[in-house]
Amino acid sequence: MQNVMGIINLNLGQDLLKELTMGRPLAALPFGGRYRLIDFILSNMVNSGMQNVGILVQDKYRALMDHLRSGKEWDLARKRDGLFILPPNPNPYSSGGCRGSVENFYNNLDYIESSRQEYMLIAGSHIVCNLNYRKAFKFHKDMNADITILYKEYDAEDELSQYTILDCQPDGRISDMGSQSSRTSSRKVSMEMYLIEKGLLVELIKDCQARGGWDFVKDVLIKNIDKLKMFGYPYKGYAARIDSIKNYYRHNMDLLRPEKWEELFFKSGLVYTKVKDEAPVKYKENARAFNTMIANGCIIEGRVENSILFRGVKVHKGAYIKDSIIMQKCEIAENAIIENVICDKNVCITQGKWLKGEKNYPLVVAKGTIV
Amino acid sequence: MHKKACVAMLLAGGQGSRLGILTQKLAKPAVPFGGKYRIIDFPLSNCNNSGIDTVGVLTQYKPLALNSYIGIGSAWDLDRMNGGVFVLPPYVKEQGGEWYKGTADAICQNSNFIDRFNPETVLILSGDHIYKMDYSLMLEFHQKQQADATIAVIEVPLDEASRFGIMNTDNEQRIIDFEEKPAEPKSNLASMGIYIFSWPVLKKYLFEDELNQDSTHDFGHDIIPKMLADKRNLRAYSFRGYWKDVGTVESYWQANMDLLGEKPELNLYDSKWRIYSSNPPRPPHYTSTTAKITNSIIAEGCLILGEVENSVLFPDVYVGPGAKVKNSIIMSGAHIEDHVVTDKAIIGRKTVLKQGTVVAAKKLDGQQKIVVLDIDMIIPPHTTIEASLSCSPPEDALCKREE
Repeated sequence: MQNVMGIINLNLGQDLLKELTMGRPLAALPFGGRYRLIDFILSNMVNSGMQNVGILVQDKYRALMDHLRSGKEWDLARKRDGLFILPPNPNPYSSGGCRGSVENFYNNLDYIESSRQEYMLIAGSHIVCNLNYRKAFKFHKDMNADITILYKEYDAEDELSQYTILDCQPDGRISDMGSQSSRTSSRKVSMEMYLIEKGLLVELIKDCQARGGWDFVKDVLIKNIDKLKMFGYPYKGYAARIDSIKNYYRHNMDLLRPEKWEELFFKSGLVYTKVKDEAPVKYKENARAFNTMIANGCIIEGRVENSILFRGVKVHKGAYIKDSIIMQKCEIAENAIIENVICDKNVCITQGKWLKGEKNYPLVVAKGTIV
Repeated sequence: MHKKACVAMLLAGGQGSRLGILTQKLAKPAVPFGGKYRIIDFPLSNCNNSGIDTVGVLTQYKPLALNSYIGIGSAWDLDRMNGGVFVLPPYVKEQGGEWYKGTADAICQNSNFIDRFNPETVLILSGDHIYKMDYSLMLEFHQKQQADATIAVIEVPLDEASRFGIMNTDNEQRIIDFEEKPAEPKSNLASMGIYIFSWPVLKKYLFEDELNQDSTHDFGHDIIPKMLADKRNLRAYSFRGYWKDVGTVESYWQANMDLLGEKPELNLYDSKWRIYSSNPPRPPHYTSTTAKITNSIIAEGCLILGEVENSVLFPDVYVGPGAKVKNSIIMSGAHIEDHVVTDKAIIGRKTVLKQGTVVAAKKLDGQQKIVVLDIDMIIPPHTTIEASLSCSPPEDALCKREE
C-alpha cells in the first residue's frame, strides 16, 4: 500500500449536525469518548501501510488543524510524504468558496500530480469503521479496475434514501449507481471510498472541470459509468455513518456493546488520536458506572449509566447521567440530572439542574454553555 | 553546543532489588505506577515543567524496557534541537571500561557529557521517587545562597527518621552535619536524594573521589561528607508536598493506594503540572451493567465486568463477571477471569488468572502481606495463591509459551 496516496475529502455534509458542526468541520466532530471523526479514516489508512495523506479541507478548519498539527500521533510526521493539508484555493473572484469536491481536487492537482504514489484512495471522514484497505487494493489490481468503490450492504429495514446505491453484477462490476429509487432493489450503499490510479484521476478531474461539473459522484462517476471499469468491493464489518444528530447519537451508543467496542477499536488496527496526557479515570467512593465508556482524565463521584464520557469530564456527587454523551472537559455539578443529552465541549451543568431529551431527539447543549 | 544553565542527571541504573519480582525483568525507574505511568515519568515531567530541557539518564541494570520507553524523549517534550534527553550507559575507554561503581562514579564517567553544555549547575535526580517538584525554585535558592551544593530535604516523622539520610542545619539552612540512617537522629530533615551542585566544584570532588581507593563513590556516603569536612557552603532546601520513596514492595503498593481516596495528596489531574507519559492508543475503558467500581483508578482500554474496589488498573485489563479485585494493582493487559478474587495483590503485565483463582495472602494478626505475581504467567483455574510467584521461562509451567 506504499504506492497508494490517501486523499481525505471533507467536502461532505458540513451542516448536517447543526449545533455540533457549527464551529467545526464534520471531520473534527468528537466521537467515541476520545476521538474525532477523522481519526478513524486516518488510522485506517496508516494501518493499511499508507504514508502519504492529503486532506482537502473546506471552511472553518481551525479545529481540525489544531487536532492534526504535524500528524505525529498518526505516525505521519515524515521527512517525505506524511500528512498534508490541502487548503481550498482562495479565489479572489468568488466569495462563495469552493462549490464542490471537483473544484477542490482541481485546486490541489499540483500536489496530487507530484506525489510519488501511483494510486489514490479517496475517502470522506463521515464513516466510522476499522478497516484495512489491503484486500480492497488487491481486488482493484486483480480486477484491473479503473475505479473500485467500497460499499456496505444494508438490511431491508434500513432507510437508504439519502445514499448512493450501487448496482453490481456478480463479478462486482458496477452497472449503475444513483440515489435509491424504484429502478433497483440493491441495498449496496457506496461508502464514498474510491481506489483509482493517479493518472486517471487527474484526467477525470481536468475533464470534469473543463465541462463545468463540480460534483465528484454525479459529474465524475455516474457520467462515466459506461466508459470506465468500475467495481464494487464489499465491506462487511462495522460501519457507522455520521450524517445526522440522531445517527451520531445512535452510533456512539452502539459502542456500549463490548463486541462493537472491540471491533471498532481493536480488530484490524488501533485507532490513533491526539494525546492529552490525562491521568487515568478516578472513581471515588460513591461512584457508580453501569454500561459506560469513560475516557482518561475523568473524575467520577456521581452515577453514570448508558453513557459516553470524553476526556476530562467531572461528575460531582449526586449527579446522575443517563443515556448521554458528554464531551471533553464538561462539568456536571452536584445533584444535576441529565438524560438523553449531548453536551458539547466545556459545558457546565450547574447544581441541581434537570435536563432531558428524547431518545430519538437528544437534546444538544452547545459548546461552552453554562446551564 | 549552547551553554545551559542547568543540566539534570537522572540516576536510573540501580537494580532496586527490594522491589523483588517487580524489578526482576526491568530497571526500577521503568516500573509501572499509578495506572498509566512509569516511575521515571515523575522526575522527567518535573524537569519539563521546571524548564530543564537537558537530561542525562544513567542506565546500567536491565535497560531494555527503560531505553525503549525513553526513546527520543518526545513523551516529555524532551526531543529538542539543542539538549533533550540522553541515555548514558557505561562505556569502554582506551584503558578498558568499567560499570558504574556508584552514583558519583556514574556522573564522573559522564563528565564529558556535562561539559558539552558547560553548565553552571548540575541537578542530580534519582528514578525511585513519586513527587511533583518545581526544580527551578530550588535552583533559585541555590543561586541566592551562592551554595556549592544544595540538598532537597523533607520533614519526616522523627520516629521514622532513622531510615533516611538526616541533615542537621543551622537557622540559615546551612548544613552542618549529615548522617546516613542515624540510630539517634538529631533532626527530622531527610534527604530526598535530589542535589544541585555547582558544576566546577562537583567536578573537582568527583575526580578526587575517583582516585580514592577506599571510596564507595556514592554521593550520600562519600561526596557530601567530604564537602562538609572541607567546610563548603552546603544548604538544605525544604520541600513541602507529597514525596514517596517507592524502594520496597510495601511502599510501592502504598504509594499507588495514596492516589485513591477523596483528596489524594498527589494530584494527577492538575493541568498546570501534568505528569507526562507515553500514551498508548487505547479507547476509553468500558464498564458493563454488571460492573461495580469504587474508589479506584482505571486506565483506558480496560473492559470491566466485575467488581473493582480500592485498586489501580493499568490499560487493557480485563475483569470478568463475578470477579472481585480489591486493594490491588493490576498491570496492563492482565486478564482477570470470572469469579477470580484478588486482595492486596500486584498482578504483572499480561498475566492471566483463570476462573475462580484466588490471589490473597492469609491475614496474620490483622496484617496482610502483599502478593506479587510476575509478568506473562498463566494461573490455572481455581488455584489459591498466598505468596508471591515469579516465573522463569521456558521451563516454568506457569509461564506463557511463545507462540
